[in-house]
Amino acid sequence: MKRKAIIEKTAEVIFIICAAIAILAVCSITFYMIFKGTPALSEIGVSDFLFKTKWAPTASDPSYGITYIILSSLIGTVMAILIGVPIALLTAVFLSELAGKRLGSVVRSAVELLAAIPSVIYGLIGMMVLNPAIYVLEKKIYGGDTDHTFTGGSCMLSAIIVLAIMILPTVISVSTSSLKAVNDSLRSASLALGATKIQTIFKVVIPAAKSGILTGVVLGIGRALGEAMAINMVAGGAVNLPLPFNSVRTLTTQIVSEMGYAQGLHRQVLFTVGLILYIFIMIVNYILLRARKKEALK
Amino acid sequence: MDGVKSNKRKEVIKMKLKKVAAVLAACVMTFSLAACGSNGDSADSGKVTLAGSTSMEKLCEAMSESFMKENPDITVTAEYTGSGAGIESLSKGSVDIGNASRALSDEEKKDGIVENVVALDGIAVITDKDNTVDNLSSEQLAAIYQGEIKNWKELGGKDESIVVIGREAGSGTRDAFEEILDVADSCKYAQELDSTGGVLAKVASTPGAIGYVSLDVVDDTVNSLKLDGVDATEEQILAGKYLLQRPFVMATKGEVSEQSDAVQKWFEYINSDAGKEVIKSAGLIIPEQEK
Repeated sequence: MKRKAIIEKTAEVIFIICAAIAILAVCSITFYMIFKGTPALSEIGVSDFLFKTKWAPTASDPSYGITYIILSSLIGTVMAILIGVPIALLTAVFLSELAGKRLGSVVRSAVELLAAIPSVIYGLIGMMVLNPAIYVLEKKIYGGDTDHTFTGGSCMLSAIIVLAIMILPTVISVSTSSLKAVNDSLRSASLALGATKIQTIFKVVIPAAKSGILTGVVLGIGRALGEAMAINMVAGGAVNLPLPFNSVRTLTTQIVSEMGYAQGLHRQVLFTVGLILYIFIMIVNYILLRARKKEALK
Repeated sequence: MDGVKSNKRKEVIKMKLKKVAAVLAACVMTFSLAACGSNGDSADSGKVTLAGSTSMEKLCEAMSESFMKENPDITVTAEYTGSGAGIESLSKGSVDIGNASRALSDEEKKDGIVENVVALDGIAVITDKDNTVDNLSSEQLAAIYQGEIKNWKELGGKDESIVVIGREAGSGTRDAFEEILDVADSCKYAQELDSTGGVLAKVASTPGAIGYVSLDVVDDTVNSLKLDGVDATEEQILAGKYLLQRPFVMATKGEVSEQSDAVQKWFEYINSDAGKEVIKSAGLIIPEQEK
């Protein structure tokens, strides 16, 4: 009896320690980012940092404006969501409502595989296949234009396409499970009232699974916003206004590409860029938390 | 493609090596301190302090690492404050050696500062294999990088848009390239990549691309351009004819022979076979000995 109690007690302590590690990690990262990210902010000035467009950290008269970089991150993410979510949602509908057993399992394992592919592979394929194809398109559109800076296909559009594909598995798997969780009685009721299968899906099942699908979308936003490797390989990396055929740099690639040799204030500023990214991710997570709470209340 | 991959891997390995080296250096330092304390004999021990060019960081770190392995009694510390600042601290006497990634000005030399060229840094301009242009003048190259020339046909090549590829801000290669061509802060890059391998791979795979990389990494996946009619080779750099090169100077106050034993040992090591190996592995060219 006594021995049992000791085992119970130790197990409890171990669980508490494990839980504490996660909390400690989050707190120390947050503290570290604020600690490292704010000094540069006070040196440059918040408005100069956030609302200036020129990024020239090593110039004799350095300028640290990251407006274009923030815009690239935001627009890249939004566009990737706009392209990726409809595809993902329809795939999820197919998987949960329409697919037969065999075809369903093929699609499902393909989606799982897509999720398992490391981002550097997306980057490589983007670099070797997508970039040349986009360059052909770029030459068709801008052929003879003397003002356009030709990017060789490494541009916003390539980044958006890669991101849209990368968020698919996240959105698909979360949406599929929430669609599947919709009570069958709703479907039966809709069909019994004379609605077709497609009507039932769009008017009954999807609205019923709305909050779960939204969770998937928010997770997708988080993934797109935080992706660095693949974007670094396909987006060109020059700081420009995020037009489709401009070479761009996002918050993540900004840090990845310049951390190697940056010194002094330049290095501090990169930490501040990290802080901005961290704040964005926190906002996304907060929205996610809210959405989940709502769902729980239902 | 392989370039990027292996480069990343190399960097990871390098980082690991750096960590190991740092731990080793720490061990060596504590050991040497302990040794100093125990027998009180400090004739062989000493310090070498360097300050200056950020572009020379790679060389200095590698050199001091292997130097301290050979001479555990001597501690080498280096700061990377920029060429001008390095020479200034040298003339103030706060460091033993001032690093500069350019030739010293006459004014700087006036204070009795001696220019010791330890290595030469060469940069090659590369294009994709299908490009027919094989020679550019330095003015043309500057115009390309400033976005004034946008098509290879303006340079006698095919009707193909120029894709201007460069390195990220802070890169030593970019620093040197822009400084020598006098296009600092006015370049219009289509792509800024964060590794030499990346530039090489992108230039090789993008029609109409132009890029710059350290001379030692150029391979047969790309064309290396002549500049003002001069080939980008080690011989032409040693002869001083190829434009895109710069000296790595470790300046001393007075001749090397007038310096402390530790500093003399440092220069001895640089000129030894082991030192030359370090210079070569940093992708640099060994200057011809003057004596």
